[in-house]
Amino acid sequence: MTLISASHLVIRRGADDILTDISLSISAGEIVTIVGPNGSGKSTLLRALLGILPPTSGSVSRKAGLRIGYVPQKLQIDRTLPLTARRFLSLPTRQTAAATTAALIRVGVPEVADRQMTDLSGGQLQRVLLARALLSTPEILMLDEPTQGLDQPGEAAFYRLIEEVRRTTGAAILMVSHDLHVVMAASDRVICLNRHICCEGAPRVVSNAPEYRALFGLGTQGALALYRHEHDHDHTHDCGHAHTAGQPHQHGQTHV
Amino acid sequence: MFDDFLIRAALAGIGVSLAAGPLGAFVVWRRMAYFGDATSHAAILGVALALATDLPVGLGTLAVALAMAITVAALAGRGWAMDTTLGVLAHSALAFGLVAVSFLPTVRTDLSAWLFGDILAVSLPDLAFIWSGALLVVALLIWRWQALLTTTINEDLAAASGLNPARERLVLTLALALTVAVALKVVGALLIASLLIIPAAAARGLARNPESMAILAATIGAAASLVGLGLSLGLDTPAGPSIVTAAALTFAASAILRRP
Repeated sequence: MTLISASHLVIRRGADDILTDISLSISAGEIVTIVGPNGSGKSTLLRALLGILPPTSGSVSRKAGLRIGYVPQKLQIDRTLPLTARRFLSLPTRQTAAATTAALIRVGVPEVADRQMTDLSGGQLQRVLLARALLSTPEILMLDEPTQGLDQPGEAAFYRLIEEVRRTTGAAILMVSHDLHVVMAASDRVICLNRHICCEGAPRVVSNAPEYRALFGLGTQGALALYRHEHDHDHTHDCGHAHTAGQPHQHGQTHV
Repeated sequence: MFDDFLIRAALAGIGVSLAAGPLGAFVVWRRMAYFGDATSHAAILGVALALATDLPVGLGTLAVALAMAITVAALAGRGWAMDTTLGVLAHSALAFGLVAVSFLPTVRTDLSAWLFGDILAVSLPDLAFIWSGALLVVALLIWRWQALLTTTINEDLAAASGLNPARERLVLTLALALTVAVALKVVGALLIASLLIIPAAAARGLARNPESMAILAATIGAAASLVGLGLSLGLDTPAGPSIVTAAALTFAASAILRRP
């Protein structure tokens, strides 16, 4: 069953084509990671799929009544706004105290319930955002660079949590990452974006690099592995679009 | 009991504070202080237009404040440099208003009442206008509370939850215009924004949740109205500025208390 799909989606801002001719679809239960360099339109694509940005041309369609759990890239809460984590979880749908407590336990930060949102660490904030997304019992979780600002163990722990969420809820997961080296091994598909879809396919799992295993403390059956893009291949097909001078070609391609 | 001008004045102050407190919390959270300024300064222009056309002053103020609020919101949506734009709009609205007023001899003599309020001259119909407007604002805020709060925290998050951030912004714009129209008689065009911001800012240090901050802001505003009125009676000072002075002292006290 298709949850969200885009067909020949174009997003233009001023004279700038931020996204051109994007066609993709996300099915129920699938884990899809969008990778690409900074400025490649990843967040824009996510916002277009969410319906926040209207397409310049082409179309986006979501399953009727689709429940989306969205975790934004960052949440800047003004210091003038007093807001505990528990209160935040009740927005915009009111939740019982039992439900918010359970959600916080599930993401591993029960101790922050009565703390102010502005006092949380980056990792705690990401987990609270995830807890809020989970409270709507989403059919799809959409995460925009959820591990930005986390250190590597924090990042690994967060990916394990997402993986666990997928296993227990069966929700599809669409995640954006600018880190070309680390994506979830569990991704069913990786979409490489640079204003258009360069390529997509199953990630090549690199599980035998001992220095990374040591870093993440995961065995071959771990939730996280490395997906290494090949940087030194030559471009022969449709990724050969204009790159501004001085900006190295960062995105790569892996094909299956 | 409404015969006593003091009781009418006290009720007018409390009525305005009920609306200005919670709305002021949003003004503070969303960093809309200048937005409040522009809208309230436009009220003077509304007074001039209403008097020139023999319309009720409340209606004229409401219309011009609403027009100004919508203009500002539209410009913000287009990504204008808000600081500059609002500065231009706030001060020119005031200047246009004062120029327009100078053509009306009856208002000219009584200008300070429009600039600084005339709470001691609140009539029974004024009181009815103030309270119905204030209750409307409070009802609007309670009705949209969850959506307004979500939109204030993050518009993308609100949109992903199926809310329409543009609609919620419009609700706040409407509430602001209504509050300006309602507060004009009490504190005057120059001080309306202070009644929005100061009680909310004073409440911040004492609140742990948005709801308690909004309720505290309303309470502080109401208390400041009463204290200000007392001050005005005892020391023969102008009532509107006295109310704002009382609110400002509360803010100072809360800022000192808050220091860990």
